[in-house]
Amino acid sequence: MARAIPGRAIGMAKTATAAKTNGRAVRRPRHRSRQKAAWLFTAPALVAYAVFVLYPMGLTMQYSLYDWDGVGPSTWVGLDNYAQVFTDPELLDTILHAFELILYFCAVPVVLGLAIANTIRGIATTRLALAARTVLFVPQVIPLVAAGITWSWLLASDDLVNQVLSAVGLGGVTRAWLGDFGTALPAVGVIGAWVLLGLCTLLLLAGMSKIDPTLYEAARIDGAGPLREFFSITVPSLRQEIGVCVTVTVIAALASFDIIYISTQGGPGNSTMVPGLQIYRLAFFSREVGLASALAVVLMVLVLACVLPIQRLTREAR
Amino acid sequence: MIVGRREVWTGRLFLVLLMTVTVVPFISLFVTALHPAGSYPQGLQWPSDPQWGNFAEAFRLSNMGELLKSSALIVVGVVPVAVVLATMAGFAIGHLRMVGARAVFLLFVFGLTLPYEGIITPLYYLVRDMGMLNTRWAIILPLIGLFMPFAIFWMRAHFINVPDELSEAAEIDGANVWQLFWRIHVPLAMPAISSLAILLFLWTWNQFLLAIVLVDDPTSRTMAGALGAFQGQWGTNIPLLCAGSLLILAPTLIIFLIFQRRFVAALLQGSVKG
Repeated sequence: MARAIPGRAIGMAKTATAAKTNGRAVRRPRHRSRQKAAWLFTAPALVAYAVFVLYPMGLTMQYSLYDWDGVGPSTWVGLDNYAQVFTDPELLDTILHAFELILYFCAVPVVLGLAIANTIRGIATTRLALAARTVLFVPQVIPLVAAGITWSWLLASDDLVNQVLSAVGLGGVTRAWLGDFGTALPAVGVIGAWVLLGLCTLLLLAGMSKIDPTLYEAARIDGAGPLREFFSITVPSLRQEIGVCVTVTVIAALASFDIIYISTQGGPGNSTMVPGLQIYRLAFFSREVGLASALAVVLMVLVLACVLPIQRLTREAR
Repeated sequence: MIVGRREVWTGRLFLVLLMTVTVVPFISLFVTALHPAGSYPQGLQWPSDPQWGNFAEAFRLSNMGELLKSSALIVVGVVPVAVVLATMAGFAIGHLRMVGARAVFLLFVFGLTLPYEGIITPLYYLVRDMGMLNTRWAIILPLIGLFMPFAIFWMRAHFINVPDELSEAAEIDGANVWQLFWRIHVPLAMPAISSLAILLFLWTWNQFLLAIVLVDDPTSRTMAGALGAFQGQWGTNIPLLCAGSLLILAPTLIIFLIFQRRFVAALLQGSVKG
């Protein structure tokens, strides 16, 4: 799913510029035939979008107001399903888990990506850097399911992660990371960070390549150290790219499904259950379609509520 | 740029470290896949007697031939249609700019952040009522709709920058809108179209949620969906699972390595082009 998301969210960042161009454009006289043709050109896409996205979205909202097992008759329950989402600790926890995942899926790749991109900025044209461009992207192109399988194996009790920890003298902390109530969620977070780090690093690097080098020269002549330079020039110049990274990764965290479905199935207990997986379970296994739909609506609203402010912040920077 | 020697070397070290962290999981997968089936290997250990036959076994057990065919059919059903629909709509919204173009565009933009989990439940009943459950159409048709917001966004961003004079000249020469689109604008839009096709191919191939919910038979799913089923079935036979995972992710890896420039450019372009 994360793959679907980068693009989708990235697109949003472009709105601002596109809208500006639109406003500047000189309006040409409109021909009647052009009008008709334009609508005919848009119609097929609109139909596909309406039937398979807008209509189901409406249905989700409708289902969320009913108590329905998916087979028999449904009963109108008003907002009861929503009340349950916000009062049932098990459901509320899934939402909190999703927010905790933001820390790993978003904060780690963005902060680490910034540090790494900044450090390699100076050698960006070497063969090593070019090879890195290819290698770092690999987690972005394989299915998340494959990432989940690979890492559940690496994080198992006698495997590589624990062997490395023992080798560096941290034998005391080794454990079955995904099976431990305290570490399962962070362990899942590591998988997400691994997938998203490459994308963030390259995005930030691309942004850095557009910064005027004379800024850095001026800063060095004025006696700024690398740290000062980083916070006074690099970070502010990358506002837009950071905004894109944050948008993409926040959506990946809130709407996570594949990685968790494969690596923990929400366990142990309920410790890695997230809204996406809970919706799937409620709708197709517990047959509580109404409750699943209420959680789905809450998830959609949460994603919008998190992404819109980020978009606004980056837009103001232009 | 003034960069000290020490900075250069820390930079290289960082880069190598990062590449190692990226690659080691795959090496581990590969090494584990060579251990005897059913054994429980530990860490990065080259087996004394590498079992290359595991790959053949996984190929047979995962029904790899069928999987490739199924995923290819789904990609062929989704990508060309989605690209054509989005190019036409993007052209109308971005270049022809009919009355109401902005409203239509905003309607599509609204779908950009939609998590698929948000509509998966009604999609199941919808697809069931259409009689498509457990067929590839159950993945193909919804995906075309779900890709529309991003795809139209992408194509509109291209068409909004195409100068009007181009169309005016063609119209004076007597071209109608249909000819204008296919003869003039589609050829010029090829770079944007091919990047979009690459992205949609990748997202279709890796689509998991729709595949496991809407199609029961793993051999009618996407690659990612099939991999999920393979894990469910062979999850306890670690070497075999690793061999199977490698086989199933190999096609995207190979295509990525061949077209890597385009892949990276496409994914980065979407965000930085602005």
